[in-house]
Amino acid sequence: MQVTVSVNGEEHARDVEPRLLLVHFLRDELGKTGTHWGCDTSNCGTCVVLMDGEPVKSCTLLTATAAGHEITTVEGLERDGVLDPVQQGFHEEHGLQCGFCTPGMMLTARALLNENPDPTDGEIREAISGQICRCTGYATIVRSIRWAAEHPAEAAEEVAG
Amino acid sequence: MATIEDRPIGFGRLKRKEDARFIRGQGKYVDDVQLPGMLHGAVLRSPVAHARIVSIDTSAALQHPKVQAVITGKDLEGLGLAWMPTLSADTQAVLATDKVRFQGQEVAFVIADDRYSARDALELIDVEYDVLPAVVNARKALDADAPVIRDDKEGQSNNFIFDWESGDRAATDEVFANADVVVAEDMLYPRSHPAPMETCGSIADYDKVDGSLTLWCTTQAPHAHRTVYALVAGLPEHKIRVISPDIGGGFGNKVGIYPGYVCSVVGSIVTGKPVKWMEDRSENLMATSFARDYVMRGEIAATKDGKILGVRVDVIADHGAFNATAQPTKYPAGFFHVFTGSYDLAAAHCSVKGVYTNKAPGGVAYACSFRITEAVYLVERMVDVLAHELDADPVELRLKNLIRPDQFPYENKTGWTYDSGDYENTLRKALDIAGYDELRREQAQKRERGELMGIGVVFFTEAVGAGPRKHMDILGLGMADAAELRVHPTGKAMLGLSVQTQGQGHETTFAQIVAEELGIPPEDIDVVHGDTDRTPFGLGTYGSRSTPVSGAATAIVARKVRDKARIIASAMLEVSAEDLEWEKGRWFVKGDPEKGATIQEIAMGAHGSVELPEGVEGGLDSETVYNPPNLTFPFGAYICVVDVDPGTGKVTVRRFIAVDDCGTRINPIIIEGQVHGGLTDGVGMALMELIAFDEEGNCLGGSLMDYLIPTALEVPDWETDFTVTPSPHHPIGAKGIGESATVGSPPTIVNAVCDALKPYGVRHMDMPCTPSRVWDAMQGKAAPPQ
Repeated sequence: MQVTVSVNGEEHARDVEPRLLLVHFLRDELGKTGTHWGCDTSNCGTCVVLMDGEPVKSCTLLTATAAGHEITTVEGLERDGVLDPVQQGFHEEHGLQCGFCTPGMMLTARALLNENPDPTDGEIREAISGQICRCTGYATIVRSIRWAAEHPAEAAEEVAG
Repeated sequence: MATIEDRPIGFGRLKRKEDARFIRGQGKYVDDVQLPGMLHGAVLRSPVAHARIVSIDTSAALQHPKVQAVITGKDLEGLGLAWMPTLSADTQAVLATDKVRFQGQEVAFVIADDRYSARDALELIDVEYDVLPAVVNARKALDADAPVIRDDKEGQSNNFIFDWESGDRAATDEVFANADVVVAEDMLYPRSHPAPMETCGSIADYDKVDGSLTLWCTTQAPHAHRTVYALVAGLPEHKIRVISPDIGGGFGNKVGIYPGYVCSVVGSIVTGKPVKWMEDRSENLMATSFARDYVMRGEIAATKDGKILGVRVDVIADHGAFNATAQPTKYPAGFFHVFTGSYDLAAAHCSVKGVYTNKAPGGVAYACSFRITEAVYLVERMVDVLAHELDADPVELRLKNLIRPDQFPYENKTGWTYDSGDYENTLRKALDIAGYDELRREQAQKRERGELMGIGVVFFTEAVGAGPRKHMDILGLGMADAAELRVHPTGKAMLGLSVQTQGQGHETTFAQIVAEELGIPPEDIDVVHGDTDRTPFGLGTYGSRSTPVSGAATAIVARKVRDKARIIASAMLEVSAEDLEWEKGRWFVKGDPEKGATIQEIAMGAHGSVELPEGVEGGLDSETVYNPPNLTFPFGAYICVVDVDPGTGKVTVRRFIAVDDCGTRINPIIIEGQVHGGLTDGVGMALMELIAFDEEGNCLGGSLMDYLIPTALEVPDWETDFTVTPSPHHPIGAKGIGESATVGSPPTIVNAVCDALKPYGVRHMDMPCTPSRVWDAMQGKAAPPQ
């Protein structure tokens, strides 16, 4: 079937199988491999993207369902070479280790901060509780999101490898 | 504005170099690799735990328009690849030929144009099974009427794998016979799973023309894997390139070689195209390396005033259907014999019996250095059991028995030499942070009101950095690691490592070691790993061995470069090398500090036209292989506070204090992160995570809906601190830290839960302490979880 999905502000028209999951559309059709896949049961949240600004698990969403909606992936967080404060925060506060859950965590954080610019630690933990991180023990993720909340307009320092 | 504190040239709180790609979604994991013409594989797995295969009909699958090939065990038999050696020198079926021996075992491999079609075709394969009774409980594996699982092995007439012991049995028996107090406890360290967020997978690309194989693979040990493939498949080793790109967490799960990897290789050879195989989460949980599964009976002997005299342990080790555990050859139970813990004992003995069951093979790890997790759990629970019997304070009991600083290097009763420690200092620091006495007062008040609060205390000693080659090898490969340092003419450098990060931050930490030794800024050092074509040979990352082994290799190779730089500087400065003195980043003339050359200037000089002394070659590159003289022995004091809901049995971890000592601290940010992650593993194991089976051998933990992993809501904000007792034999005094918290935290939490349940007379309960199991314990019905 023909679908048109807007990803990070760009329209993508493709002929896909009706059963194609959004996560595979993003990864295999568009080559946006920053969105990961980690379980079969919507438990792990490594596949989280934003649909019209709300976090959704792209492993549980058909591509067809996303048609006509605006999808934001991790590749869409950085704007004009400037990191989103959430990205900067994860670097500042060591909010990532292996990096596999990180894109989903950052997108949930972005959605949270859009809704609630000054969340409590409890609200942050609640917001990310549908996602699993096996490396960090979450405390530094909470601090990363707090950092982003405290630096909303920070001119991000360049994070170079 | 960056300060020197933010950007240390050497050890310190340097933010990670590797973050740049990960925060942009630009990490490159195995499943992100797309090759032209690539096909997709999927594995058909056994639905039953034990059955004879009557027939396999693949004809319908082959009719599928997008299927390119279907491979069965019979096809592999023709190639001599139906079985492969395990890391414990047993054999494991790649695809089953005669029987299936656990639920989820690999039976056939479909190769199709896309991943959905490959999965569709699995449904079209018809396998007829003749179901056999299954052995699930390790305690019953050696019963006379137990079905024999490994009838493929000549001479195997039961489910016995090995008997192994350590310590002095007679001396220990004597100590026990004469002790005032002897307490015994049966405990199970249940089966759990590392479950990294990225599952396992591979892409094999075989080039028929030149006979070369490139294998992208989720492996923690790319070099060891390459050698095993060469030995198994008969492919020449120099024609195999293993690339382990970014790895989405390993925790031991990615140490082993899985049938799926081999199938992707065979698939590429058969089809002539690259073949990708990525397992799904159920496959990961049901078929790849589990962890633990130790059935233990511990006994502890003491005087009536609490001097611990000895510990005695009997273990039945459940190794599943194939003995695929990754332990050094000499030690089939890994380093379990470090169960003497942090205490000065008169005698100790353990015996371990390995058995086959109809469960998944592996037993590799889960952030555990070779069975030390089980050992620490055993001894730390036993000390609390003793405290319960003596009605002693668990802290006082530990303080009375800890090895004293003046006893190091300390030889324990099972043959280990602990390198360094100041245990009491570390424990007291944890007690101060926790406010231990105040916590006990709060607990007493709460108990009067019927509230259940528990305080758990643990002191653990780890043994990491395997290991000295005369004692430790895996499949005959000595457990050494190499480092190669290339210094380019402009003074920028490349460090090649045989170890492989899975999130531990090697690209930062190892650059810092070079920076500390040579004064080259970390951002000028590219750390290369995970590619056998670009890095020197070594055994890889597991068992917290990267810093103890490769960290040492890195320091030594940097020192070799520094020594060479001295000779080159002496030629450049026209003074004798003996007259030069080093300060970080620069050789200068003694007594004339203005006259000198920076490492960058020397690098250019090394490649330039300066006349060098007779016999000295140009360039600064160097390579070394490090054979550790001993393991390193990090340690820590952990305190946990839990609240148990008396109405539901639900345990809440309110506080967790972790004071770790890993010797010299290279990057405290990364160390803290490693500790946080391990503590969370501990909450998982102690309260939630369990791979259980029913009587027929059906896996009951085969998805993340059943195998529960902590989220941000189940863990507290960790309280971490540290002491520093350098390792005397490590070049920079560092010890491993990756697994300390995973080792130390489960018994801390269980000690806290049992402490909370003391009013109910609970002395011990097995993990996981789920609400229903805690509730059972409160009713006096504590039982193992299977």
